[in-house]
This record gives sequence, structure tokens and C-alpha cells, in this order.
Amino acid sequence: MQSKVKQRVPESVLRPSLGDQVRAWLAHNNIIVYVAFIAVFILFSILLGSNFTSVNNVLNIARQTAMISIMAVAMTFVIGSGQIDLSIGSIAALSSLVAALILRDTGNILLALACALVLGAGIGLVNGLLNTKAGIPSFLTTLGMMGVIRGFAMWITNTAAVPIQNSTFNTIFGIGNVGGLPVLLLWTVVFAVVGYLLLNRMRFGRHTLAVGGNESAARFSGINTQSIKIRVMMMSGLFAAIAGVMYAARMQSGRWTFGEGDELSVIAAVILGGTSMAGGNGTIIGAVVGSMLMGMINNGLVLGGLSVAQQTIIRGAIIILATAIANRSNAKRQAS
Amino acid sequence: MSHGKTPASAEPTAGGQGTTDLLVMRDICKSFSGVPVLKDVNFTLRRGEVHALVGGNGAGKSTLMKIFTGVYTKDSGTVCVDGQEVHFKSYDDASQAGVRMIFQELSLVPTLTIYENIFLNNESLKGLALDRKEMRQMAGELLKSLGLDISPRELVSSLPVGYQQMVEIAKALSMNAKILVLDEPTASLTDAEVGMLFATMERLKAKGVSMVYISHRMSEILQVTDTVSVLRNGQVVLTAPTDQLDIPAIVHAMLGGSAEKSFEWVPRIHPPSDQLMLNVQNLQLNSIVKDVTFQVRKGEILGIAGLMGSGRTEILKALFGMEKVKSGQISLDGQPVNFRNVQQAVRAGMALVPEDRRREGLVLGHTVKANTIVTVLDQLLGGWMISEKKSNQLVNDKVAELNVKTDGINKTISLLSGGNQQKVVIAKWLAANPKVLLLDEPTAGIDIEAKGEITAIIRDFADRGNSVVLVSSELVELMAVCDRVIVLHDGVVTQNLDRHNIESEEVLQNAIQG
Ligand SMILES: Nc1ncnc2c1ncn2[C@@H]1O[C@H](COP(=O)(O)OP(=O)(O)OP(=O)(O)O)[C@@H](O)[C@H]1O
Ligand SMILES: [Mg+2]
Repeated sequence: MQSKVKQRVPESVLRPSLGDQVRAWLAHNNIIVYVAFIAVFILFSILLGSNFTSVNNVLNIARQTAMISIMAVAMTFVIGSGQIDLSIGSIAALSSLVAALILRDTGNILLALACALVLGAGIGLVNGLLNTKAGIPSFLTTLGMMGVIRGFAMWITNTAAVPIQNSTFNTIFGIGNVGGLPVLLLWTVVFAVVGYLLLNRMRFGRHTLAVGGNESAARFSGINTQSIKIRVMMMSGLFAAIAGVMYAARMQSGRWTFGEGDELSVIAAVILGGTSMAGGNGTIIGAVVGSMLMGMINNGLVLGGLSVAQQTIIRGAIIILATAIANRSNAKRQAS
Repeated sequence: MSHGKTPASAEPTAGGQGTTDLLVMRDICKSFSGVPVLKDVNFTLRRGEVHALVGGNGAGKSTLMKIFTGVYTKDSGTVCVDGQEVHFKSYDDASQAGVRMIFQELSLVPTLTIYENIFLNNESLKGLALDRKEMRQMAGELLKSLGLDISPRELVSSLPVGYQQMVEIAKALSMNAKILVLDEPTASLTDAEVGMLFATMERLKAKGVSMVYISHRMSEILQVTDTVSVLRNGQVVLTAPTDQLDIPAIVHAMLGGSAEKSFEWVPRIHPPSDQLMLNVQNLQLNSIVKDVTFQVRKGEILGIAGLMGSGRTEILKALFGMEKVKSGQISLDGQPVNFRNVQQAVRAGMALVPEDRRREGLVLGHTVKANTIVTVLDQLLGGWMISEKKSNQLVNDKVAELNVKTDGINKTISLLSGGNQQKVVIAKWLAANPKVLLLDEPTAGIDIEAKGEITAIIRDFADRGNSVVLVSSELVELMAVCDRVIVLHDGVVTQNLDRHNIESEEVLQNAIQG
């Protein structure tokens, strides 16, 4: 019976040709962000010349975008699971202060790190529990949490900045270089690779996307949907805390102002990268490239000598434009 | 409402028979991303007839009708209504011209109420404001005429799939149509509702409405249609008056040969053992399932029959840890169990193929592959990560075993035909290698050949000492597959029939009606 049944399936179904594979890849990956990245890079290179293309400037962009990129990795899981996290910027600020305070009082790097990260994951846990157990949508829980945590960050030092004199800490997490490359770039790569493998090659990632794609079907498939959603929020809090540690090390201080508005940049980077706002899909590489694209635009506008007002307007317009193009190509993919 | 601009008395067409041929589709071609689905299809619907469109899963039935109703655009060919060529750009266009369709994949918005869905885009107005009262009343009457006793104010998301299907039917009927396309309207309906639908079709026919009827249930085709057209490999291979055909002739045309596996009961190779696999005692769940007791032996296939809303689905969900058990005991393989969630049930070896593939069975935006492996990711690990090789192997095996028609395992599953999607729902749970397989309308929308194949797979599964509980609205299916059938009525088991003692479908039918 087996062989007979198998006969009727054309060979092409069993072994997709290279062309099919490429087409399938294109169908499942939004390439617009990569095209935009290259186009903007070329445009700025022409307009700004070596100011923009110098190795120094390019590495500077990498430094400036590292925190956004790392938070975008986790945000891909959050949005992919059908949730949202607005509290990440505040978590980064609080974690920078906690790390700075512990370093000041004990000088123990591991302790500072551990406390900051546990705090971030813990806030994520609370976000997740409020969402799954109390049934408050993640948009609202994290919107509230954004204020609460930012408030705490202002409160613990009475809005004073806390300087960090520990140069080992600052070097490892912020200002150091390895083989000519900034550590922040290396950390970005590390977290992007971890995120990529987790999302695409491990159970947790597949379950996350199943929950975001159809929560009811995920439950019927034996997935503990609540646990997945909580773990995703914990991951987001954890990654935000890591970003906070990096802000602290890079600026050699903890400050309550760190990460303000980052949640929106991060969400924009993820969506630009090709992750759907509706949940169910996600691309880590797209998110990282999306965040670099935005970092590059910021950098180019500053170098171009535009006023802050002009920068803000252009940045907003570019996000709208890019998303519009991405949406169109999305709709086209679905129609064909 | 309005029948649009199409003149009722069209001038005679080239053939000179403009009055009998209402819809003529000529040389219709359609490909999806280079894969041809329809190749020069010709299809003619005559005035006042009920025309069956049959064919295997993925033959292109839904595609052909969606081209007619403006949902898809054709690559080439012409569509004429009343002798005039039409170019429907959207379903709304078609609707305005008096063409309505009951969609296989349902066109309901889950977050709206029943009446809001029925009158979506066709709302009654009082000045500028919505006339909710009138819509509710008209919806209530429509539902009643279909024998449905539910409030039009209920949310569609709270309805079981059978009721959703009835609402979809009511929605199509809410506007007067001259052509009605019914794409597998009965896939999740029991005989009672099917009867009401047929009575409604009878009334419409008397009013002169012409209908295209798509179904995989052969007995229905013979019962309600006047003409049969068979679609195979993207072409119409047979059009003939129904009364000149019988089931084998239709199946022969559909498959281009006879069915490999006939859909009839044959004695089991390995009869069920005497050991109990599942023992359900005095199960009470809610006001619908009051006191249900039954046993399933190892190697046995048990069927559950009952009316729509008789609690069949709830019982399966309770066995799968999704429904709270108020009182009663369940034991599995001699051990008392009380699953509080699906994870526990799955770990104990249970699997459930749910009744609603779109809502509960599949992540529609994901690929065939992602949908198939989601239940078995643990088995596919190579070290820390999911092995691509093992995944592809498994999915390819399942696609072949169940003969899923898809152009590759990375195709988004929402683009597969309905029946082929359903096969993937079955595949994903077969892959999990359970001890007990709970099947809730597993063959909804599946063609007759695949039904035979799935029957063989289920039997083979039971032959290995596993147990199966099957809920099906289709009595033929219960008769073909089960060793024993219990009948639910008013929340209790009223009959426990060995397969040998069920002489005919009528016996079962009468038992269900109580
Ligand atoms: N939008 C689409 N994109 C790509 N392929 C499609 C699309 N719609 C349908 N197909 C393909 O066209 C073929 C015919 O599909 P169709 O839904 O018409 O089949 P069907 O005869 O209605 O089958 P069933 O009995 O299972 O409902 C299938 O192989 C399906 O995968
Ligand atoms: Mg179909």
C-alpha cells in the first residue's frame, strides 16, 4: 500500500528543486529591508562622502544601534507571539542604575550583572503574568509598566546619575574593542545568533510563532500557550536589561533617562525587518538589519547637518515609506 | 435585492439557447504561481437546475466557482450570465448581480454577532443609522427557516463549526439570488441540518433559483442534483444528468479508475482485544453532557453518534484535558486520569483531531511543514536543535502517506484546498504516535478516495493495539469505520450497538433521533 500511495506523489514534491527553494525563501522572507538598507547606504555615501563611509563612522553606527538591535531580537519573539512590550526602554534605564549602584557599593561585576538581569526578567515575568493570568492585554500591562519602572528609575537615586568607575565593566560591555571591532558589535552578533537559532531551530521559537499565528490551534496542538507567552515576556525583559547594562557601560554611568523612546524604535525596527504586526511570523536578521537601517539614517541626518526638527520629521517619513513598500510587497506575495 | 444591470431577457446567444443556459463558463484557465489548476474548463449551468460539481481534493472546484463569483481573477476564458459576458471584479460585484456563494472556508467575522455577520455589507438602514432591530428579526427568521434555534445576538466565535456553517448558509440566503453556489455546505452538518438545507434548496428551486452544489458526500449528490459535472486534473471530464449516474460511475470519473480502497466496512484483521484502553464512568461536564459511560478496548474503533449539539465534541475535549470534568471518572490503560491541560493528555498518549481545522487545527499562515511538525518537535531534535533533515523526512512521509496535494512542503497551508488542509490536521496527530486517537469529524471536506485511504490508516493504527474514538456526522462513515457505535441523546448514552447489529443506516438514524 505504501509504495502504491507514494507513486502518485510527483518527485518534485518530495525533493524541491533549487528554484523552488529560492522561491520559497523569497516567499517567506521580506527582502525589502535589505534592499532599503543598501539603497540608503549608497545614497548617503554619495551625498556625504567619506564622512559617512569612513570605517570609524560605520563602527560608530554599530555602537549606537547595538542596544536597539539586541532589544529588537527579543521584540521579534514578542510580536511573533502576538504580544507587544512597551516597557523595555524603562527596564533598560532601571537596569543601568541598578548595575551602577551595585558596582559603586560592591565593585562586584558578576553581582551587578546578575541583579540587573534578574530584575529585567522579573519585570517581564510580571508583565507576562498580568497578561495571561489577569487577562490584561500586553499593550496595556506594558504601557503601565513603562511608567512604573521609569518612575522607579527616577526615584532610587532621586534622578541623579550614578557614575561607573569600574573600567573592566565599562570595557567588556561598552567601550572596549576586540581585534579592531567594538565589543558592542560583537555582543549584537552574539545575541542575534542566539535569537536566530532559538526562533528558527528550537522548540521554543516554533511554539512562539504557533501561538502568535493561531493561539487556539496552538493550544489544541498541546502547546502550553500561557507558559510560552510568559517566557517570551521574560526574554524581552531580560534583553532590555542587557541593553541597559550596555548603556551603562558605554556611558560609564547609570541614568534614568536611558532608553527613552527606545520601545518605539525597536518596534519599528522589527516591523521594518519583515515581522508582521499580527503575529505568527518573525525574522531576527530582518529585525537587526531594520535597526541598523534606522541607526544609519539617524547618523546620516546628523552628519548632513540637519536640525533636530528636520531629523525627526525625516525619520518619521522614512519609517512610513519603508513600511508602505514592505506592505505592498507583502500583499503581492499573498495574492500570487 | 437588486438583480443588477443584467437584463432578465437576454437576446439569444450564438447558440440560440440563451434562455436555458444561465451561466456559461468557457475555456477557463487559471494557474497559481506557475502551477496550472484549471485548463480550458467549460461549465454550463442551466436555468433552474441544481448542478453538482464534484472532483477530488484540489481538483479546482472551489477555484472555478471563486472565479465565477469574482473572488479570483481568471487567466483566460469567458464567463457569461444570461448570454452576456460578465466581469465580476469582486464578490460584491457578483452579489449585486444576484450571485451568492456559500464559502467552504466560511466568510464569517468571528468577533461579530450572528446577525451582524448575516447582514455584513447588506445592512438595513433607518436613515443613516443601522436598523438593528430589523436585522435581528430578519436573521431570526432566516435561522428559524433553517431549523436553527439560536439567538442572532450570539457571537460567531462562540459557535461550534456546524452552527457556523449554518450561519454561512443563512448569510448567503439573506439576499435574493438567481444563482447560488454552495461549496461543501454540509461538511460539518448532521443529517438533521442537511435535511433542513435540502428543504430550503427545494423552496429556492421552486422560486427559480439555479444552484451549483459542491460536495464529497455522494449520496447527497444523487439526492438533490439534476446534473453532475466531474472535474479532474483541471478539466471537466464528464457532464451528465444525475439520474443516468450512480456512485461508482461518478467515482470512476473522478479518479479515472475505481477507488483503491472502498468505503465499506470489512471485518478487522486483528479484532479488538479484551483489555480496556479507556473507561469513562458517569462523566458529567455541563448541562449537555450529563451522565456518559462507555468503554473502549485496545485495538477498538468506537464511534459516537448524535445530533448537532449533543455533546460529542465536549466529550472528546474532556478526554483531551480541554474541558473541565464536573464529576465522573476516566481511566486510561487501567490508570485513573484527570487531565488538567492538553500537555498532560498528550504526554499520556492522547491525540485529538479537532472539528474546526481553521480555528483549532491549523496555523493558517504557516507552512505545511510547520503545521505538521508542531506536535512532534521533541522527536525531531538533533542535539539541541530541530533537525531540518528529520523534519523534511517526516513531513514528506506524511504528505505521501496521506496523499496531500501541495506543490512543496513549504507552501503556506491556507493556499491548499480544503480537503488537503484537513489531511494535514490528521497527519500532525498521526505523527505524534498516540495510544488513543480522538477524531472529531476527521474527514470533513475530504474526497471519497482519501476517505478510503484514511479509513485504512485508522484501521492500521487500531490493529497495532491502539484505540480510536470517532465522532462523525456522516453515518456512512461511522458504519464504514467503527467496530461499535454509541448513541448520545439528552446527555446520556442511549444505545451501544455492535457493528454487526447495525443492519442499515436507517437503524442508526432512528437511534439518533431517539
Ligand atoms: N490562492 C492560491 N494560491 C496558490 N494555490 C492555490 C490557491 N488557491 C488554490 N490553490 C491550489 O489550487 C488547487 C485547487 O484548489 P481548490 O481549492 O480549487 O480545490 P477543490 O477542488 O476545491 O478541493 P477540495 O475538495 O479539497 O475543496 C489546489 O492544489 C490548491 O493548492
Ligand atoms: Mg474546495
